[in-house]
Amino acid sequence: MNRLRVGVALVGALALVALAAPWLAPYDPTAQLDLVTLRNVAPSAAHPLGTDLYSRDLLSRILFGARISLSIALFAMTIAVTVGTTVGLTAGFMGGLVDTVLMRIVDAGLAVPRLFLLLVVLVLWEGVTVPALIAVLGMTGWFGTSRIVRAEVQSARGREYVTAARALGAGSVRILTRHILPNVAGPIIVVATLGVGQVILIEAGLSYLGVGVPQPTPSWGNIINDGRHVLTVAPWISTAGGVAIVLTVLAFSVLGEGVREALDPRRR
Amino acid sequence: MFVVATLTFVLLHAAPGDPLTAIMSDARIPPEVVEQTRVNFGLDRPLHVQYVRYLWRLVHGDLGTSFAERRAVSHAIRDAIPNTLLLAAAALLIDFGIGVGAGIVQGMRSGTLTDRALSIITLTLYSMPVFWLGLMLLFGLGERLDWFPVAGVTDPVTYPFLSPLGKIADRLHHLVLPAMTLGLVGAGYTARHQRAAMVEAIAQDFVRTARAKGLRERVVVLRHALRNALLPTITIAGLALPVLLSGAVLVETVFAWPGMGKLAADAIGRRDYPMVTGAAIMAAVMVVFGNLLADLLTRAADPRTRSAS
Repeated sequence: MNRLRVGVALVGALALVALAAPWLAPYDPTAQLDLVTLRNVAPSAAHPLGTDLYSRDLLSRILFGARISLSIALFAMTIAVTVGTTVGLTAGFMGGLVDTVLMRIVDAGLAVPRLFLLLVVLVLWEGVTVPALIAVLGMTGWFGTSRIVRAEVQSARGREYVTAARALGAGSVRILTRHILPNVAGPIIVVATLGVGQVILIEAGLSYLGVGVPQPTPSWGNIINDGRHVLTVAPWISTAGGVAIVLTVLAFSVLGEGVREALDPRRR
Repeated sequence: MFVVATLTFVLLHAAPGDPLTAIMSDARIPPEVVEQTRVNFGLDRPLHVQYVRYLWRLVHGDLGTSFAERRAVSHAIRDAIPNTLLLAAAALLIDFGIGVGAGIVQGMRSGTLTDRALSIITLTLYSMPVFWLGLMLLFGLGERLDWFPVAGVTDPVTYPFLSPLGKIADRLHHLVLPAMTLGLVGAGYTARHQRAAMVEAIAQDFVRTARAKGLRERVVVLRHALRNALLPTITIAGLALPVLLSGAVLVETVFAWPGMGKLAADAIGRRDYPMVTGAAIMAAVMVVFGNLLADLLTRAADPRTRSAS
């Protein structure tokens, strides 16, 4: 079984669903179809996944939720990886005081459980917007990446190709970006792929606590949250949101491990 | 810890708005009162003065006064910590019991159907939103089958009348669902690491030697391979703690478990920022202690690290 291929196929399918959501979805995801007769309707031909508390079509919400949840996770991870790589490169290459200060900040960031850290940032925010949420998720997610990058840079710094580049008169920035970065890119890609799934889980948790994606935007976390109040009468709402999340995180985990295997011949 | 405290302070003041705008933006509150409250909480001082005062209080164990509950944050946290510790301990037990067990079985039979099936199960558990698993267990085992109570630490009606033994049983009965939720998600992660460590250990020369000596497979696996494969798992335990505490925020909310996580989650809804920062700082303290404990355990379990220090 080739994990890389399975992972690429799964993530590709998800991306397609997210992109094609407007054509796949039978209804407008935020339209309240009929508040009198269509509340919490069980799955049927007209509504394959049923409807929710506000008579919105659940399938449409799940499909559009893929857009929201995936784009938040991808953008947040891009921020996290960019910041983490920059900090890791700087700390690993410069060493000394810069390294000490940066790594103390990273230690602190890793010591506070991420959800608590996010709550500290979000507690004063009245009505979080999606871009703000992406920024916050990105800025609290780079600590682990920076540590991995730093370790890789430290081991790469002493290699012959770096000495050779320096002997040819290359500056620090050039050595970092042209020689070291391509050599440490592998682990970064793995961390980023696995991290996307984690961001999706955290975003769902925040939505569950009421400080995530603002309603009525359909994110998968919001859908689970909508369903929890009516769990006994309409269990399919929370179930659908959860299954969507599990499948997505699973897809990114398989892809991440596939990339790791492909890059590291020892694990094959 | 100093850096953690500074980080929370910076993050808090980076957010738009003032702590009081959230709770006092009602137009009916006269401006003088808002101003007076601001002075009372010291929010009129310049930032660096606030920062020094904040640190000064922190080293004296003063986490400030909760806006919503009108009592010291440290008192609220003191009441909540035993519940969180109990939940975390029970969850860790389930996490490592199941995780290590599954990992050993997979490591022994790597490549077989059992291994593949367990791999899929652990990966699925690891991919679950912890609060969703909580909701599903709550609905299935709690509501439908009615096997376990769905909320709280004790039975609100019968608890005062139970015998001491009955009280313990009642507490354990309430603990099952939240601990299982938190433990199962962690077990997915632990099992994946344990499997990798086992596969690596079984391929080592000393395992071949043990086999060559004619020892039974059980002894080879448990005495020789497992002892070496457990070391990375202890390190994982230290790393699992922040994830566990993050999960506790959600699980405690699902099961109305009055611990630190629920304290923080409730405080979020009320914009009670001293409570949120206090809980975050205490969570960091717990993580630091947890890592220390994991270090000590590794040292006790591995003679190599002892001689090195």
